[in-house]
Amino acid sequence: MDPIAYFPGCSLKDSARPFELSALAVMEALGLPLIELPRWTCCGTVASLATDDLMHHVSSARNLVRTQETGGKELVALCSMCFNTLKQVAARVNGDVDARDKVNAFMDEEEDYEGGIDVLHLLELLRDRVGWDAVEERVNRPLFDVPVSAYYGCTLVRPKGVGIDGSDAPSVLGGLLEALGASVIATPFDTECCGSYQIVDRRDLAMDRALRIVVAAKTRGAEVIVTSCPLCQHNLEQAVGEFGEEALNGAAPAVVYFTELMAIAFGLEQVEVPARLQPVLDAHRLGATEGAT
Amino acid sequence: MSDEPATTRIFIMGKAYDVPAGVTIMDAMEYAGYRFVRGAGCRSGFCGACGTVYRKEGDYRLEFALACQEMVEDGIHLTQLPFTPAPREDYVLEDLDPTENVLLQHYPELARCVACNTCTKACPQDLEVMDYIQAALRGDLARVVELSFDCIQCGLCAMRCPADIKHYHMAQMARRLYGVSASPAPGHLAERLQEMEAGRYEDELDALVAASTEELKARYAERDIEKSSEESA
Repeated sequence: MDPIAYFPGCSLKDSARPFELSALAVMEALGLPLIELPRWTCCGTVASLATDDLMHHVSSARNLVRTQETGGKELVALCSMCFNTLKQVAARVNGDVDARDKVNAFMDEEEDYEGGIDVLHLLELLRDRVGWDAVEERVNRPLFDVPVSAYYGCTLVRPKGVGIDGSDAPSVLGGLLEALGASVIATPFDTECCGSYQIVDRRDLAMDRALRIVVAAKTRGAEVIVTSCPLCQHNLEQAVGEFGEEALNGAAPAVVYFTELMAIAFGLEQVEVPARLQPVLDAHRLGATEGAT
Repeated sequence: MSDEPATTRIFIMGKAYDVPAGVTIMDAMEYAGYRFVRGAGCRSGFCGACGTVYRKEGDYRLEFALACQEMVEDGIHLTQLPFTPAPREDYVLEDLDPTENVLLQHYPELARCVACNTCTKACPQDLEVMDYIQAALRGDLARVVELSFDCIQCGLCAMRCPADIKHYHMAQMARRLYGVSASPAPGHLAERLQEMEAGRYEDELDALVAASTEELKARYAERDIEKSSEESA
């Protein structure tokens, strides 16, 4: 199969390096390698909902032009927030000819975007094209007994038409975790907001939200919280660091990317195990090298 | 056939001048009577002091150039933008941790980039300015250095940026930081410094200091430029 272009996003090149590295490794292992979109620009971070604010769509639209230049028809995002922004802008410029013409006229140094590029999240690719059965077949070190909370946050599942799963009772992360052999812990906070970029200006507010999510997972027995978003990962880990074991009544769940758990279940030793995840693996006798084939 | 030399009509700040055809914008402005106290430097396209904005007749776009490099064209309207008021951050290179995104910390307006690419269009050096801003956003120091290496600090990118980014100052910081933290130490520099400390050039320098003005002028006129460039090749 031809490699699919993926959009890393700024965080994956900086604070969320393990997300990118583990994602590339597991997709390689599944025989569906991803190639980095050449000359990508920031997604724009938040899709502007104002219909006349096309200026803030240029950054995303430029990435669609870059995808078109590769000859591909799809762009896979890893970060939930990038995914959400890119997909909302793609929906706009794919469907609204006037908006597309205006953006094209502004980007007069680029080839015209012709529309028709689909933005996917990596989890969609895994669910719909690889399938959970194939993922399960690739597992050679099942995550027996490890209780994992499937935390979705907002941008992966909202709004309707953009989200990759229903926002009421999403199942995509659960399906993946089951294929990996983990025990899935559901909480009422699985699709609650982590506080998002409020962490910058309203840390108290973001910490309040993030702590509730971590506590909900912890009290239901989760030892790991899995996420697809660098900002969720950051906020939840910040809450763990700020409130610690006292607020959580014992060891705090490790907040990791879904691809990091996949790498462990696939026995990909070149992928570094997150520091806070190692004790969990040790406790379940899933040490870094033990059991790998 | 007239013996009159060919002329070109240009508009400097809205006023028409007939200037000799085929000269640079800078020469044309001097021909028209402008005298540069600032806004001109090396006159060779390296110093970045003579940023110029012009528009060709009937074109919807502004064009950007260095006045000392760009030839006049019939009907162009131009003005100079030789200086960009853009603050440069204070920093001590040795105190910075290049593994953190210090570029974003020192120039937070980087995050305001909407990838409009106006900076790239304004660059008289044809650098991919937006691409290096995007690289800076994600902390990719090496890429910023690579893409901004030929920057001459004219400042036109910062003048045009709708997000008020100080591209050229940020990139200069990136190159300096990369120089002290990531690029290999140049062996020949250490060697030369040792030679200097050991006094290898003292006699030659003393002789130059003692030389008369006439003697210095003669030595300057006789210097062999080709030979020295062969030696360095």
